Amino acid sequence: MDALLAIAAATVAGNDLALGITEGGSWLLRNVWLIPLLPALSFVGILFFGKKMPRGGSELGIAAVGIAFVLALLTGVAWVDHRDDFHGEEVHVAIVQVDDHGAAAAGHGDDADDGGAAHGGGHPSLAVHRTTTWFQTNGVEFTVGTLVDGLAVMMLLVVTLVSLLVHVYSTDYVHGDRRYTHFFAFLSLFSASMLLLVVSENTLQLLCAWELVGVCSFALIGHWWEDKPNSDAALKAFLTNRVGDMGLLVGVTVLFFAAGSALPDRFGSFSIAETNALANSGALSHTALVVAAACLMAAVMSKSGQFFLHTWLPDAMAGPTPVSALIHAATMVVAGVFMIARMYGVFFEGFQIGGSSINLMALIGGLTTIVGALLAFVQRDIKKVLAYSTISQLGYMVLALGVGAWTAAVFHLFTHAFFKACLFLGSGSVSHAVHSFDMKSDMGGLRKDMPHTYRTFMIGTVALAGLPPLAGFWSKDEILVGTGGWGLMGGTGGNGAYTLMLGMGMLTAALTAAYMTRCVYLTFFGEFRGHGQPHESGPRITVPLWILASLAIVAGLVNLPKGFQLAPGSLQERFGHFVEPVAGYFPAISHATPSWSLAIVSTMVVMGGIAASGWYYFVKVEAASKAAGTSLTELPDGPTTRYPLARMGHTLLANKYYLDHFYNGVVADGTKGPLARMANRINQDVIDHTVDVVGETAVKAGTVVYQKIDQLVVDGVVNASGRGSSGAGEKLRKINSGKVQSYAAILFAAATVLAGVLIVIV
Amino acid sequence: MLLNQFLLLSAVLFAIGVYGVLARRNGVLVLMSIELILNAVNINLVAFGAFRATVGGEVFALFIIAVAAAEVGVGLAMVLLLYRNRRSIDLTQIDQLRG
Repeated sequence: MDALLAIAAATVAGNDLALGITEGGSWLLRNVWLIPLLPALSFVGILFFGKKMPRGGSELGIAAVGIAFVLALLTGVAWVDHRDDFHGEEVHVAIVQVDDHGAAAAGHGDDADDGGAAHGGGHPSLAVHRTTTWFQTNGVEFTVGTLVDGLAVMMLLVVTLVSLLVHVYSTDYVHGDRRYTHFFAFLSLFSASMLLLVVSENTLQLLCAWELVGVCSFALIGHWWEDKPNSDAALKAFLTNRVGDMGLLVGVTVLFFAAGSALPDRFGSFSIAETNALANSGALSHTALVVAAACLMAAVMSKSGQFFLHTWLPDAMAGPTPVSALIHAATMVVAGVFMIARMYGVFFEGFQIGGSSINLMALIGGLTTIVGALLAFVQRDIKKVLAYSTISQLGYMVLALGVGAWTAAVFHLFTHAFFKACLFLGSGSVSHAVHSFDMKSDMGGLRKDMPHTYRTFMIGTVALAGLPPLAGFWSKDEILVGTGGWGLMGGTGGNGAYTLMLGMGMLTAALTAAYMTRCVYLTFFGEFRGHGQPHESGPRITVPLWILASLAIVAGLVNLPKGFQLAPGSLQERFGHFVEPVAGYFPAISHATPSWSLAIVSTMVVMGGIAASGWYYFVKVEAASKAAGTSLTELPDGPTTRYPLARMGHTLLANKYYLDHFYNGVVADGTKGPLARMANRINQDVIDHTVDVVGETAVKAGTVVYQKIDQLVVDGVVNASGRGSSGAGEKLRKINSGKVQSYAAILFAAATVLAGVLIVIV
Repeated sequence: MLLNQFLLLSAVLFAIGVYGVLARRNGVLVLMSIELILNAVNINLVAFGAFRATVGGEVFALFIIAVAAAEVGVGLAMVLLLYRNRRSIDLTQIDQLRG
């Protein structure tokens, strides 16, 4: 921290800004572009040769992603070496001199830093940066390249691992599908795009990869496009994302020009490291940063399903389940969270996260997490429960980023990828057995028939609910600590006291535990309500489930809280140390002190949620089922039938807060109706009228011209000349006898006459 | 220099040629009459050239002989084709171009 502030101070005084990146580093870190390249090649390979391959191209996809995963693992090892031991040259960039005000802004983390624990030893990290020219226009050079730091390496690992498991799982799940090869081609393309996104060196490249994953998402949601709802869902996802993508485009452009104003002799900069470092140093205008951050936030809201642009994500469950696990749980939807984490300097300064005031990001995250969790209660479809849960958890991450708990957010992204992918793949396994996603009519009692799925799903559920010592507990607890609003035996000293966010997080923890208990009861307990005999899925489905479940158990241990007395200091905050940058391109954030009391209370809150929901389902519904002799899914006279308020709440949730009605009925129709009427009026009254007048005038003028000029003058001349020629021809025809010698006679006669004239005149 | 005699010869030849062209019905004879007219002109040119003591007259006459050779080549070919197609070279019967 001190070192960073020293760098910031020195750079502002001088005209040189240290970026915290280096062009050196080991071979693996500099050639990380190989990792996205492999699935990209496999995409092309599957596209051209997939149908001819014995396994329809899936083997190519698995091989490519498998090698990419091994490379990512090696890159991770290389990064662990690099993080602490690399002493190469750091890249500097010349900047325009900033005044004292800017210098003050750069150091504003100072005040909030007093109570906070210093970050992982404070040893600066150097991200490995490598670029090449993409294209050049008007003297502005656009580059493409890789920026490898802990965040990128962590994302590479998560994406390749989940992608590999999903590939393997899919060979069974979509076995015999009519577009099997097509499915794997797009899985490969998606993996390539997502990997490109996480190693992006500049915002332009990030934007391209961002759009690419959107396209893959569209294609895979609509994989079974023959059914109208599926293609509708794909369109909805794509169009909703377009709304946010406009924000990304504008935000990136604003940042480009803002950076240009601070860099002498440069028109602008797309470089992520430069933009962030400039934002941190206070060299960029605050207005530009606010605008850019707000625009980028719109992109996050659509891509990461934040309230009120989240409505596409539950519908996206129309896609095949492996797609939901990979794209709509573990990787693509966290692209927004990743982007905030990547551009954190911009967001940190733009939203003044260090300032302890409620900011847009924290508020949106907090609202989303509660809104999503509540919606998960009223779903019949097991995948929709998980989809709303994903929205809720993404809200958690955005909330964490909004309060400055960067590592907590990224750590939650990491653990969430495993347990949510596990849950999704588990729900896919269940639907494979019962041929339905409807928990109420087709599931129940599956724990006996599907032991592997049941156990892994339970592990995922506990991890998601956040009970120690599973993964979700550690990351969720760290977010709650990071809000800095606890203040009882620790739990303070973050980037200010966000007590409201702490409350929102606590509420969501209880809700999450409760809706997952409901989901588990409806799926695995009670008696089977569907048809036929469900059976456990094959090893290609259960093995990925067990791998993810194991990770859901242990993933939390990589970032044990600092000062955790039950673990040696060398094991504490390993994740934070290796992932969170201490560099010029990363803001000076403060870290809250972990608190035992908060961990205990949050665990009790979770237990409370489980107990309340468990009491309702495992005790009351179970008893009612026994009494009724069938397997019930809710009490016949539950609170919704007894209390009007509860019924109203249920109706509100069942209609998804009427957001879809609002978008379709009010926004779409509201703009469509008046717009259409206005267009109609303009069309009828202005354009058509003008055209009519012009037309009528033209007809009148045309008539005059036709009758007077055309008929009389032009035609008259033409006719007269025609008649004249005809008459002359009639006369001259007689001379033309066709007899050569009469012509010769005329010739000689004429010559004689001419000769006579010549003689007379001369 | 007896220019008058040459001019008289030339005039007589020209008159015979004109008569031949206008009066004869045989295509070959018409061509021969045209040659007479041309040679009348040649005599005229050479006579005046000698009279004025320049070579221009003779040069012109040589050109006319060359052109006449070409003209007679084309003309005889036409007559030959006429004969092949119609078994006759009577010019009075060839009046397809009558208006």
